Amino acid sequence: MSLVFDLVLCLMILGTAAASLLMRSALGGIVFFIAFGNLLGIAWLSLGAVNVALAEIAIGAGVTGILLILAHARLSAMGDPVECEPTSPWMRAAVAVICGGLIVLLSVAVLSISPTDRMGAQIATLMPALGIENPVTGVLLAFRAYDTLLETFVLLGALVAVWAIAPPGGWPQRPASLAIATPVSLTVIGTFSRVLLPASLVMAAYLVWTGSDLPGGAFQGGTVLAGGILVAALGGAIALPRADDMRLRSVLVLGPAMFLGIGLGGIALGRFLSYPVGLEKALIVAIEYALALSIGATLALLVAGKPVPPAAVQEGGD
Amino acid sequence: MEALATGHLFALTGAVLVGLGLFGFITLRHALRQLLAVNVSGAGVFLMLGGLGRGAATTDPFPQALVITGIVVAVALTAFGAALILRQAEEDHAAKEDDERGGKT
Amino acid sequence: MSPLDLLVVAPLVFMVLSLLAGGWQRSLLALAIATMAALSVWLMTLDPGTAHVVGGWELPLGVLLRADGLAQMLVPAVTLTAGLTGLYALHQFAPESHASNAQTAAFWPLYYLMWSAANAAFLTTDLFNLYVTLEMASIAAVAMAAMGSVRAALRYLLIALLGSIFYLLGVALILSRYGTVDVTLLAGMAEADFATALALALMTGGLLVKAALFPLHGWLPPAHAAAPAPASALLSGLVVKIGFVITVRLWFEGLAAAATPAGLHVLGGIGALAILFGSLQAIRQESLKALVAYSTVAQIGYLFLAFPLIAGAGHAWAGLSFHAVAHMIAKAAMFLAAGLMLKAAAGPRIADLAGLARAMPLTVTAFGLAAVSLMGLPPSGGFSAKFLLVDAALRQGQAIHAAVMLIGGLLAAVYLFRPLAVAFSGSETPVVPPKAPSMVAAPLALALAALLLGFAGGPLADLATGGAPATVAPEPLPALEDTVETASEDEQ
Repeated sequence: MSLVFDLVLCLMILGTAAASLLMRSALGGIVFFIAFGNLLGIAWLSLGAVNVALAEIAIGAGVTGILLILAHARLSAMGDPVECEPTSPWMRAAVAVICGGLIVLLSVAVLSISPTDRMGAQIATLMPALGIENPVTGVLLAFRAYDTLLETFVLLGALVAVWAIAPPGGWPQRPASLAIATPVSLTVIGTFSRVLLPASLVMAAYLVWTGSDLPGGAFQGGTVLAGGILVAALGGAIALPRADDMRLRSVLVLGPAMFLGIGLGGIALGRFLSYPVGLEKALIVAIEYALALSIGATLALLVAGKPVPPAAVQEGGD
Repeated sequence: MEALATGHLFALTGAVLVGLGLFGFITLRHALRQLLAVNVSGAGVFLMLGGLGRGAATTDPFPQALVITGIVVAVALTAFGAALILRQAEEDHAAKEDDERGGKT
Repeated sequence: MSPLDLLVVAPLVFMVLSLLAGGWQRSLLALAIATMAALSVWLMTLDPGTAHVVGGWELPLGVLLRADGLAQMLVPAVTLTAGLTGLYALHQFAPESHASNAQTAAFWPLYYLMWSAANAAFLTTDLFNLYVTLEMASIAAVAMAAMGSVRAALRYLLIALLGSIFYLLGVALILSRYGTVDVTLLAGMAEADFATALALALMTGGLLVKAALFPLHGWLPPAHAAAPAPASALLSGLVVKIGFVITVRLWFEGLAAAATPAGLHVLGGIGALAILFGSLQAIRQESLKALVAYSTVAQIGYLFLAFPLIAGAGHAWAGLSFHAVAHMIAKAAMFLAAGLMLKAAAGPRIADLAGLARAMPLTVTAFGLAAVSLMGLPPSGGFSAKFLLVDAALRQGQAIHAAVMLIGGLLAAVYLFRPLAVAFSGSETPVVPPKAPSMVAAPLALALAALLLGFAGGPLADLATGGAPATVAPEPLPALEDTVETASEDEQ
């Protein structure tokens, strides 16, 4: 794409970022943040990084946006207007100078480095051995599988951390209901959500499968699944599970456990996380399907929030 | 040449985003907005990684994968942060109600 | 097979199991301690510098795991600290009350996550993998802090997130500049150009926040003081060491080319200020746990005060490694003992401790023995560490550094004698029957280990220097054991 297009895109990214931070209204800021995330997705498309674009739009803009909006709504319901205490203009000026200085330093450093595809060629020579064609999936599930393994535990750990702060009487109950209270919109969303959950399952499965060779993968697929679960919960088609539900626990640990298990299986052949020759693609796809399922459930529950006492389940969702 | 310019353009945009996010983090006095500001800075770092990995025709898949990892880690921490903010607000809310009740009796 | 990956993977397996185990946490912990102890022994028997890439994917693409001297000291120390803290925690987060309490259910998965993160951080040389590791540690640490105070935890999380952004910013510059994020490769490639220097500064800034070096320590005292005792022990013992170790790997190995003497002296100066500030704050505290938390702020100062001494004469590197291990073990002992003392005391203040020496002699002894190591009195791990550091400072003519360390020791004596003096005062308090023997034994065992470290000075210092990076002055070690033993005869 042309440089002019990129230039306009970058200006819009900076504009929406500035608006998301400088607006007085917190909700307005969040809306601009979501727009910012989607524009970033386009920037990644412009860089030819479709995998990242999908992840940015689905997770960076989508999931993070919903998280922030839901937090804002729940804070408002408790009487917190989410207003910032004013800061003195002198302080703002001083901070602006410091941040401006950081931007200048970073820019000098950035301009001293010549942009180039450093490892693409090396990765391309290794891809045939994996039997898959998407190099980003190759990096995530083979060359840097160790990073990805630890990352799945960050996600799982975050959910456990959210459980840890359940209020008294909230353990081990369900998260506050997300179901929409107004009957009319409930009918519409209710019908819609019953269709959307299976559709998201199919879509997630497709994204994981295609992720071996084309853009997509476990994280993008998992996020679509999380979206389906959340819309179904919004429409009241499903109830979110209790935190001590062993079926839930099994789904949550399935992906990380499969990853660990296949990694440990590699020890029999030499090294942790080495795939036996000929089985690379099969094992990578197996890990990815299990991961997508676990990521979908984990992200959905992360958005829904901590377990609350049963009495609060109904009123907490607006 | 154009690839070079495009790469630098996105990397510089990323650098400005980092500074903007830091400004927001320091000047915004509400945890939810600070959480948003950290995410803006984080997105800026990711964009720097992507921009500086831009080759003549392709973008280096290595930083792409790192950015995807980074995005997932960021959402995990943001979700926990939002949960902490809500729990904190609940505690404050409950304390306020206790005070009011205590004042009436 | 290699312990380098298993030491990270095994706690993750236990995390998964703990999520499915329900009431079986006790057996799981026993299995975990046995497994980790065996793996740690295996690690210590490896030649320093043993390394391999994960999954067989070569650098610069893959992730390198390496056992250097620092890791071979710290990982077993983590096993000891985490294992004994876990035994203590079995009673505080008793699995029998599983169904009723969110903290009890969440503690164990988070505990194993933190264990894995600490080992992962000490065993890899990959700067991006260390970013993921830092976030694993952050999640577990903040969640444990939230069990004491949500407000302190929220502050901790936000500041930790900002620290991560700065760290990742440096990683992004390094990857783009050199095409690798591996410390061992960077050691041979790094140049002292602007981008590298800026990356080093940004990463160091981010890591110092996580290591809570003054003046970036503000989040630590409220979080560490409010958390439940086993959580405090893990936070002060394990988590702050992660940021420190990564800083060491950057300054003395990966980016040593950009690490100017001026920069090292700035870090050393900040370390000196941290010692003085943290100690003076600890003296001013009225609450016991806040005192112990501020002592952590002071003790972290020693780790950075040593930076400008590393390349010169003497054995600052060994002293540094030693101090990290000794502080980890002694501080965990002290937080666990303090937790028991506060359960028996009338309130959280130091003044409420009166008579406890009579009521719970073993626990107050554990507190006192841990204090001996933290003050740097012989014979203890803390003494060996400070002896090596002061010796290096004097040999290099850095009289101010030596003086700050000695003053820090005196101030530590002032703030640590105060709770002990109160505990020994008064005699009316009846003996408190211990709730569980292992709760009393855990801090005592840790405190004794901190003390015994002083006798293992020679071999441990050899171990630390064995895998030291090339920037560390290679010099034969003095007969440390003799020195320690001579000094210990003067005591009492």
